[in-house]
Amino acid sequence: MTSERVRLKPGPVASHLLLACLALAVIFPFIWMVATALKPDAEIFAQPPSLIGSQVRWGNFVQAWNYVPFGRFMLNGFLVASLGSVVVLATSALAGYAFARVPFRGREALFVAYLGTLMVPQEVTVIPLFLLMKQLGWVNSYQSLILPWAFTAFGTFLMRQFFLTIPRELEDAARIDGASRLRILWSVMVPLATPALGVLAVFTFINYWNSFLWPLIIVNSQDVATVPLGLNMFHGQYSTAWNYLMAASTISMLPSVLLVIVLQRYLVQGIALTGFGGR
Amino acid sequence: MPALAREQALPAGVARPRRRRARREGLTAFGFLLPNGLGFLLFTLVPIVTSLALSFFAWPLTSSPTFVGADNYVTLLTRDRVFHQVLFNTLYYVFVYVPLNLVVSLGLAVWLSGRVRGANLFRVLFFLPVVTPMVANALVWSLMYQPREGLFDWLLAAVHLPGPNWLGSFEWAMPSVIAMSVWAGFGYNLMVFTAGLRAIPRDLYDAAAVDGATRWQQFWRVTLPLLTPSLFFALVLTLISSFQVFTQPYVLTGGGPADRTTTLVLSMFDNAFQFYRMGYASAIAWFLFVLIMLVTATQFLSQRRWVHYDL
Repeated sequence: MTSERVRLKPGPVASHLLLACLALAVIFPFIWMVATALKPDAEIFAQPPSLIGSQVRWGNFVQAWNYVPFGRFMLNGFLVASLGSVVVLATSALAGYAFARVPFRGREALFVAYLGTLMVPQEVTVIPLFLLMKQLGWVNSYQSLILPWAFTAFGTFLMRQFFLTIPRELEDAARIDGASRLRILWSVMVPLATPALGVLAVFTFINYWNSFLWPLIIVNSQDVATVPLGLNMFHGQYSTAWNYLMAASTISMLPSVLLVIVLQRYLVQGIALTGFGGR
Repeated sequence: MPALAREQALPAGVARPRRRRARREGLTAFGFLLPNGLGFLLFTLVPIVTSLALSFFAWPLTSSPTFVGADNYVTLLTRDRVFHQVLFNTLYYVFVYVPLNLVVSLGLAVWLSGRVRGANLFRVLFFLPVVTPMVANALVWSLMYQPREGLFDWLLAAVHLPGPNWLGSFEWAMPSVIAMSVWAGFGYNLMVFTAGLRAIPRDLYDAAAVDGATRWQQFWRVTLPLLTPSLFFALVLTLISSFQVFTQPYVLTGGGPADRTTTLVLSMFDNAFQFYRMGYASAIAWFLFVLIMLVTATQFLSQRRWVHYDL
C-alpha cells in the first residue's frame, strides 16, 4: 500500500473532477470560438449545435485574414505595443532610479505628486488628449497610439520600489571606481532588476495590445488600426460572418495566450510584484 | 540615516566639493526625470487640468467653447434623465460584479491552494480571459448570447426552459454583461489571492489542526483574517476598474436596450465622440473621477476596522 493509493479517496477525486469541469466551462468560450471559426457559413447556428461542422474549414482563417487587412492590424499592434513598451521601460527605469537613489531637493514631494495621479482614471484624460492630438495633426497615427501612455507613474513607481530593494553596496563599488550614474544604472541596476523590468514589459505590451477605448477615439483608418479596433471594424461591417469573425478573434488572442503559457511559472509572483510589493 | 551621518563626519574644508557634488547629483536627477516627467506633464497632468476646466464649458466642437459655470454638473445631477439611468446602471454593475468577482476568485484560490494536482495549470486556464483582448472575449459571448439560435438559448431549450433574449431585454441585458465580465475578470484576483495565501505560514494551520479546528473554522479564523491585506487590495482595485467598465457593454449591447446597459464611460464616450459635447462629456469624466475617489477614500478609511496587517 503506497501513500499514493491512499490519497485517491473519493473526496479528492470528486474535487479534481469538479475543478476540471469548472476549468472546461471557463475555457469553453475559447473552444466555441475556434469551433465556430472552422464551420461552414450555413452551420454557424445549426440546430442542434455541434463542435465540429460537416466540414472543417481551415480556409476560414485565410478568408478572415483577407476579408479585412488583419495582417496589417497585427503588424500595427506589434509595432505600437513593442515601441510603447520600450519607451515605458526606458523612461520608467530612468525616473525610478532617480527617485530611488539620486538625492535632490523636493524628491519626496515630487514622488507623492506622481503617486497621486495613479488614481486618475484614463477617461479623465482622453478628451483633452484627443483635442491635443487633433491640434498636433496626429489623429490616425502611430505616435498618437503610443505616446500618451508611454510615460507612466505606474512604471516609475514599480521601478523605484524595486531599485530600493537592491543593496546600496552593489553600486557603491562602482561609484568608488568613478562610474557615472547612467553607467551604474545600465550595468549594475538594470541587470539586477530584470524581474521587475520583465513584469513591466509584459504588462505594458499586453495593455497596448488589448487597449480599445483610446484607439477607438483616435483612429478610424484601417492603416493604423490595432487588433481590437480591427475586430470592432470587422464586427461592424460583416456582423453576420461569425465564422470569419471568430477566426480573426482566435488569431487576435495568440500573442497573449503564448505569453501566458511561456511565463506561467511567474504569473503569481509577477502579479504580486506589480500589486503590493512587500505586502 | 547613515548617509547623513557620513556627511556630517567630513571635515569642514570638504564642504565646497560636497556642495558641487550635490549640484551635480541634482542635474543628474533632473536628466533622469526629464523624459518621463516631460511626457507625464504633457500627456497626463495638463490633460487632467484641461479636462477639469473643460467641464465648466459648453463646447459643441463645431463652435467655440462658452463658459457656463457649474451648468454641466447641475444638468447631470438634476435634469438629465438618461444620465440618472446611466448612473444607476453603473452602480448596478459595480455592486453585483465586484462581490461576484471576489467570491469566485477567493473561492477558487483557496480551493487550488489545497492539495490539488496541476493547480498551476488550472490557474493558468482561469487566468487566460484576463489577458486575451476584451473585444474578442465579448464577441464570442455575443455569439453565445444570440437569441434563439445561440448556444445558451439552445441549452435552455434542451431542458424545456424558455431562453430569454439575453442582450436585448431590459431584465437580462445587464446581468448578461456582468456574467461575461466576471468570466473575463476573476482570474486576476485569483492570482492576487494565491500570492496572499502563499504568504500565510503553514504552521498556523498545523497549530489550528492540533487545537481541533475543522477546515471550515481554519478558513474563517486563520485564512480569512490573514488574507485581509490581499482582500483589501483586490477590493479597491476591482472597485476602481469596475466603475470604468466600457468595452463589454460597448461590444455586447452598445448600451442598449434603451440605455439599460449604458455605463458612465460609455455615456462619456457617446457625448464626446458621437454628439461632440466636449464640455458635458468632461463633466461626466470628472463625476466618475470624484465617485472613484470617494469610494476609494471610504475603503482606506474603513480598512482599519477589518484589515489586519500585523501577523
